[in-house]
Amino acid sequence: MIKSKDLLGIKELTTEEIYHIVDTASGFKDVLKRDIKKVPPLRGKTVVNLFFEPSTRTRISFELAAKRLSADVINFSIPTSSVVKGETLKDTALTIKALGADFVVIRHSSAGVPHFLSRILDISIINAGDGANEHPTQALLDLFTVLSYKRKIKGLTIAIIGDITHSRVARSDIYAFTKLGAKVRLICPPTLLPAEVRNLGIEVFDNAEEGLKKADVIMTLRLQLERQSKGFFPSLEEYFYLYGLTVERLRLAKSDAIVMHPGPMNRGVEIESEVADGPQSVILDQVTNGLAVRMAVLYLLAGVKK
Amino acid sequence: MNILIKNGRIIDPSQDIDKTGEILIKDGKIKELVFDRKRGSADAQKKFPDLRTIDASGCIVIPGLVDLHAHLREPGFEYKETIATGTKSAVRGGFTSICCMPNTNPVNDTITVTEFIIDKALKEGSCAVYPIGAITKGQKSEELAELEALKRTGCVAFSDDGRPVSNSLIMRRALEYSKVFDVPIISHCEDLSLSEGGVINEGFVSTILGLKGIPRAAEEIMVARDIALCELTGGRLHIAHVSTEGSVKFIREAKSRGINVTAETCPHYFSLTDEALISYDTNMKVNPPLRTEKDVEAIKEGLKDGSIDAIATDHAPHHVDDKNREFDSAAFGIAGLETALSLGLQLVGQGVLDLKGLVTKMSLTPARIMGVPKGTLAADADADITIINLDNTYIVDSSRFLSKGKNSPFNGWSLKGTVEKTIFMGKIYDWM
Repeated sequence: MIKSKDLLGIKELTTEEIYHIVDTASGFKDVLKRDIKKVPPLRGKTVVNLFFEPSTRTRISFELAAKRLSADVINFSIPTSSVVKGETLKDTALTIKALGADFVVIRHSSAGVPHFLSRILDISIINAGDGANEHPTQALLDLFTVLSYKRKIKGLTIAIIGDITHSRVARSDIYAFTKLGAKVRLICPPTLLPAEVRNLGIEVFDNAEEGLKKADVIMTLRLQLERQSKGFFPSLEEYFYLYGLTVERLRLAKSDAIVMHPGPMNRGVEIESEVADGPQSVILDQVTNGLAVRMAVLYLLAGVKK
Repeated sequence: MNILIKNGRIIDPSQDIDKTGEILIKDGKIKELVFDRKRGSADAQKKFPDLRTIDASGCIVIPGLVDLHAHLREPGFEYKETIATGTKSAVRGGFTSICCMPNTNPVNDTITVTEFIIDKALKEGSCAVYPIGAITKGQKSEELAELEALKRTGCVAFSDDGRPVSNSLIMRRALEYSKVFDVPIISHCEDLSLSEGGVINEGFVSTILGLKGIPRAAEEIMVARDIALCELTGGRLHIAHVSTEGSVKFIREAKSRGINVTAETCPHYFSLTDEALISYDTNMKVNPPLRTEKDVEAIKEGLKDGSIDAIATDHAPHHVDDKNREFDSAAFGIAGLETALSLGLQLVGQGVLDLKGLVTKMSLTPARIMGVPKGTLAADADADITIINLDNTYIVDSSRFLSKGKNSPFNGWSLKGTVEKTIFMGKIYDWM
């Protein structure tokens, strides 16, 4: 059972709720394999995708998930720059509420915006990524994907490699996998490691080889290319040399290790093409599973009494 | 009007007084303190038949509080606060003198602005207002403002508060040049290259909230720099809003070497930690940011051992629209004038300070740092007096603040110690 009307983050979920969402996603994955992929549970409901940050795949995934559930979908994309002098977030939110929306899927560059909306709106808020805080549906689809290959989470070693500081995916994944009993390792240069992150019960490596040793799952993160100019690392070449996931490095992990990436990838920066397209890559499965997970989230939140 | 305050426990650190007695006020000045009860009242009644008597039984009677550091927002940001509303808020909180920071629009870097503030305060203010002039023109950290002219017009100190003087050479010159008039240079210590984009303390909380942190080092580097410059120049340095353990250590060490540095902290730095930000409440967003338990303990230790001389409010009122928005773009600041005293009194409850120590840090020392003739109940001093009931408990309701700024992290807190009356130059503000 899901208790909250909102999905703000993995932090706020119990282990039972996480499993419940993933189990439900599993059912929807079967639906997606049918010839006719549309089911009726959200008929008459309206989902607003409110995206203040450019995003293609997450927005499309939510849009398709909502449509598969027979909801009406409105896409509201506002580049942050044009909001600066315009409408406040509060007014935008109240406008959407007044239009009769039932769900707001929100992506914003500022952490805490979904929490802000959840305080002023009584409809369901789904966090589709807020600043460097969380991206809960990504973590849920990552869990779902790992489960489909490994059957269980407990005892697995999950290596997350890349820009942890700026990554909401890394945070949500840390919460999700540690809650379910996996060992989580972070691999990154010290410049891209968030303060006091060890308190989350994870291991930290600044040496990729050591961190990848015997890992069951390798999660590569997207590196924002503009980080270089801010001095987080000297050059993309040096970053790739130290932390890029290469075929050679991948051999250090378990032979049946799977490789994941939340997309979009920078080939040759955080991941080598041979790995991204190789037999251990499950990156496209993640995309398919994302659809099922987002259907599950919409479906379950629709059932929460408000 | 002549006033007699009787039956109150008079605490005046300037005369080392802490006992029950009477205060006689004549023409807005303190006439005398009398501790022989029978003689006192009778004499006063005889001398002044029109006497107004205030019974301060069960209360402490202290010199009016002096705030070293407040933002009155006028001119330029009257929608956040005005001199009229800010000074009303001050007297409501037990303050009778406040020093206002120059980050208005225009910046208080010319005598025109200083004169405007002083005139406005005389006409519309409820308490004394002492302007603080900008150190540099436009607070741009490039050229010194006309410090002498500002001082002559009424500025009691100089600061680029809200912004640091990032250029070390200019800070050196300010500390040197201001020696001519013996006024403090107040430093807002922040290394902008380290704090850039940060909105809360850098630490575990910033990590789990995904917000950009401001490391303690951003403050401490500038505290250390300014202490070094103070030593170099022999100027007078006052460090604003100390928030970290490291800053306290630097200041303590500097004082032990006889360097001419004073420091203030604010109630939120000894009352709250960054854990308060877990719900992304923008009323907790302040610069420097709320730190951790370790820092709170160090601040208290610094207050106790004298490393930190004063408690200032850093009263920073904001309009609700500036706070009720995305955390990253919400304004920094806390409207603090109406809660500072009760939060200070918590230190007394915790044994960090005794009452005399608290009054020293909220009245006498701030007055001395600023060189203003306040913070005392000595004969002939201005009759600036605050009467406080220490036992009253109340729930903070920021919507009822007299300040335009309702941005308080303490809203809903149960606090002890109510201001019963504030007397400014003999004018009585009765709150009960």
